[in-house]
Amino acid sequence: MKRVYPDKEYCIGCHLCELACITAHSKSKDVIIAYREERGQTGLSPCKRVFEKGDTCVAVSCRHCDDPSCVAACISGALHKDPETGRTVYEREKCVGCWSCLMACPYGAIRRHPMENKIVKCDLCEGREGGPACVAACPNQALKFEERD
Amino acid sequence: MKYVIIGNGIASIGAIEGIRKVDTESPILVIGSEDAPAYGRPLISYLLAGKITPDRLSLRPLEFYEKSRVGLKLGTTVASIDTSAKSVTTDKGEVIGYENLLIATGGIPFTPPIPGADGPDVYNFTNLAHAQTLIAKAGEIKRAVVIGGGLIGLKAGESLFDRGVDVTILELSPRILSLAFDENAATLAGARLDEVGLNVRCGVSAKEIQRDKEGALKGVHLTDGDFLQCDVVVIAIGVVPNYTLAKDAGIAVDRGIQVDDHMRASADGVYAAGDVAQARDLLFGEDRVIPIWTNAYNQGFCAGKNMAGKDVPFTGSLSMNSISFYGLPTISVGTVNPPEGDKSYEIAASLDAKKKSYRKLVFHNDRLVGYVLVGDIEMAGMYTAFVKFQMAVPEEAKKQILAGAPDVLMWPDDFFKETWNPGVVEQD
Amino acid sequence: MLFQPINKNYHEFCIDRDKDLCINCQVCVRQCSYEAHFWDEARQKVMHDNSKCIGCHRCEALCPTAALNIRKKPSDFRTNSLWRPVFLQNIYKQADTGGVLLAGMGSPVDIPVYWDRMLLDASQVTNPSIDPLREPMELKTFLGAKPKRVEIVTGKDGKPSLKTKLTPQIELNYPMMFAAMSFGAINFNLHRAMARAATETGIVYNTGEGGLHKSLYKYGRNTIVQVASGRFGVHLDYLKAGAGIEIKVGQGAKPGIGGHLPGAKINAKVSETRMVPLGSDAISPAPHHDIYSIEDLLQLIYALKEASEYKVPVSVKIAAVHNVSAIASGIARAGADIIAIDGMRGGTGAAPAMIRDNVGIPIELALAQVDQRLRDEGIRNNVSIVASGGIRCSGDVIKAIALGADAVYLGTATLIAVGCTLCGRCYTGKCPWGIATNDTKLSKRQNPDIAAKKLANLIRAWGHEIEEMLGGMGLNSIESLRGNRDKLRGVGLSDTELDILGIKHAGR
Repeated sequence: MKRVYPDKEYCIGCHLCELACITAHSKSKDVIIAYREERGQTGLSPCKRVFEKGDTCVAVSCRHCDDPSCVAACISGALHKDPETGRTVYEREKCVGCWSCLMACPYGAIRRHPMENKIVKCDLCEGREGGPACVAACPNQALKFEERD
Repeated sequence: MKYVIIGNGIASIGAIEGIRKVDTESPILVIGSEDAPAYGRPLISYLLAGKITPDRLSLRPLEFYEKSRVGLKLGTTVASIDTSAKSVTTDKGEVIGYENLLIATGGIPFTPPIPGADGPDVYNFTNLAHAQTLIAKAGEIKRAVVIGGGLIGLKAGESLFDRGVDVTILELSPRILSLAFDENAATLAGARLDEVGLNVRCGVSAKEIQRDKEGALKGVHLTDGDFLQCDVVVIAIGVVPNYTLAKDAGIAVDRGIQVDDHMRASADGVYAAGDVAQARDLLFGEDRVIPIWTNAYNQGFCAGKNMAGKDVPFTGSLSMNSISFYGLPTISVGTVNPPEGDKSYEIAASLDAKKKSYRKLVFHNDRLVGYVLVGDIEMAGMYTAFVKFQMAVPEEAKKQILAGAPDVLMWPDDFFKETWNPGVVEQD
Repeated sequence: MLFQPINKNYHEFCIDRDKDLCINCQVCVRQCSYEAHFWDEARQKVMHDNSKCIGCHRCEALCPTAALNIRKKPSDFRTNSLWRPVFLQNIYKQADTGGVLLAGMGSPVDIPVYWDRMLLDASQVTNPSIDPLREPMELKTFLGAKPKRVEIVTGKDGKPSLKTKLTPQIELNYPMMFAAMSFGAINFNLHRAMARAATETGIVYNTGEGGLHKSLYKYGRNTIVQVASGRFGVHLDYLKAGAGIEIKVGQGAKPGIGGHLPGAKINAKVSETRMVPLGSDAISPAPHHDIYSIEDLLQLIYALKEASEYKVPVSVKIAAVHNVSAIASGIARAGADIIAIDGMRGGTGAAPAMIRDNVGIPIELALAQVDQRLRDEGIRNNVSIVASGGIRCSGDVIKAIALGADAVYLGTATLIAVGCTLCGRCYTGKCPWGIATNDTKLSKRQNPDIAAKKLANLIRAWGHEIEEMLGGMGLNSIESLRGNRDKLRGVGLSDTELDILGIKHAGR
């Protein structure tokens, strides 16, 4: 399946992927409204985490693992693996906010929703034309959305 | 039948998903004694607290079993296993042959011998029927005593409290959460419960459950001489592996069903997974029963793959708990209470009682082997990585971990690339 | 400004932040290597310090809401066509520091750009124009000495074959090359990009004087290795690694002076490649200390030919100075196969501003004169001529070829293709576009995959345009245009200028 692969050799730490992520997941689909208003009002937050250490940075998000620890840990059935697409799917309505997935995922790919007892996790921008927004926004091709194996 | 699974919990789900990764065709039969499709047992507390409705209990969508071509026999208990004939007999007398059998019968609540415990209005907290009874009665219940100040006991107490019940939790040891958490974390959690209005009494237990002549529950006599009036008692001390079925069939058991590194039990074609199994512990290398949700799924998943003919070793269980007390999240992973006096362990703890934030890191021979987080849990997964992958923690990285900022850039370069950006070779 | 010397307020640029658009996301803060943008903790918003802005436009380019505009600061000085603001600012600066004014990139001074004063011809009615999309069009160019005449023998099988032994040549699919920009002045990622793009398009790039990293030896067929006065990174394997060797005598942006790569830019890889100690300054002397005459140059040329077993042509690069044609004649006679002439608008990583802006002559005039002189002396065939220093578009390329060049070097254009905005602060090592810097964090901004693609695109695009223009003139080969000044006319030029360029005025 196609996944998002981050390249720390060329990540420039601009955080544009995060902006793209919240815009893609916003109601307005408008970067200014999403960042200025929806972030504060609804707790809209990016699925990505940008780590920075010295001269190196990298933007990571859910790897959509073949055998995901988060699915194993999920007590509510909110996380499951879609056998057809291979994606690790999150059903927000089912989530009870127990944070088991956040604890179990060793890739730090799951974050707490800042306002609700829900998690925030990459959905590969399902349904978005042109694939994941973060990849499209990366100015240095440090994020790639491709099939590898 | 190619695959028979006894038990319909999370290990069973893991096994179905594991089998279907390898073998998408052969039929699977699941035999479950409860009369509901697999539900999230930890969700019982959410249900009892009224945070979720019953329709949200099921772990997988309705079409899951059909899509996975799984036959279900619910409300059915397996009475015996014949390992030589490779068959199981149900309580209804039906004999079902198997090629591969998974015993995923889970645990049964441990009930200490307390006089008066037999009779109405004493519940445990691990099955749905009890929860439903409690919900139905909640309106009439004024006071409840919960015996056991571990994870289940506290959640049970919290749920009843949310239903408007006056709750007292009894814990025999000097503090709550003595297994999964350390003293600081327990203190923070205790303070939070106290703030909300739950009564927690440590160092005492129930000596006797008092009933009237009709047998109706009146209250609990405590070991310190006190008497607590109550309408219900919930016993939530823990679970023990439910291995009688296996033991009777001559399958090797110790504290649980003994399995090898492929989740195979001692009889041919028989596997065990979940709370009933005694499997390899990731950190200690020895076999233990770790009745933890994630392990149950992982063991089931691993067993499933092996049952379907793949050769997949079990990587080992890692004990981990995530639980919130009235919005105060707590997480504990791996070894959090190392043997006292063992100098090969190093503990770094930082407590901010005002912010209700606590972080404890346990190092062993330059590796992170466990941690506790209370309050700020955002980076939990990044700590888990170090425990789970048993990565060496160089001095510089250690400083960063101690500062509460573990990240993927601290991973060994090769491992990082293999994990995040595999198959990329620089042209020049 | 508080705590700043008074002239700090006479800065060049203003950061214009549109309040309606700015979302305080801090992308600009992270991109600005001069710290002109910053997060103001007290005000809880992004603020900026105009005096720190160097006008690189990096923030403007990456701003997700297009909230930023970098504008020239409106000057408050009284209008004075002699004492233009730049002179005042320079004097203030030097009065404060007592230092030499440093500059980066090519000279911005207002001297005539002859490219803009020359116009190309096109066919009408007679000798019809050619459509390059339908008919073959040859841009292939060979650099190296050509024989005066060729002798052909017919073999026993009746097939002709070349009897004349040709000297080695550099084969180019397009009459363009990436100019010498040393590893150290620009970073490894861009060297990789140039090497890959040159290989992909079938041209060559020039290493500059910083040596060649081992991992790029595999691109040797598309590489010219340079030998400059500092001899950095020069060893036998290096000399044999490329498709050509170039002796750098001078550079258009700073004729007569050497180079100075500050120690701060010498990281491990640069140090290994240049064969200089880590962190120590790499100084190229003004002259080659073993060349004081044409005869000395001849010795070096042949030493290099010996070392490379006469397998590759040797080029000599000089800056365009007053008597450039006589010098070129000497170089041709000293045995060089290629003469590269770098005009005064050529780029540099660092040069004293006074030298850059006041020394040398424009490439157009130098090129015309060198070509003419070599023809007059009957030695034009002995060498190829490469022109460089301010070639901005394919129109400039084709005019250069009509003036007599065999090919051109593209330096500044190469950098612009990967993002350079000519802010001219290459010497600080803080290039926000990740070009003129070896800072590991900033260098990452040049992903060689992207850069190589952009460079290859540029060469192909200009190639298409050159084909169109050639076709329009009724020519089907770049060879037919070389030195064909009849295809050029001047506009608005004096008789002297027309005479030097060897072209007629438009209308004639």
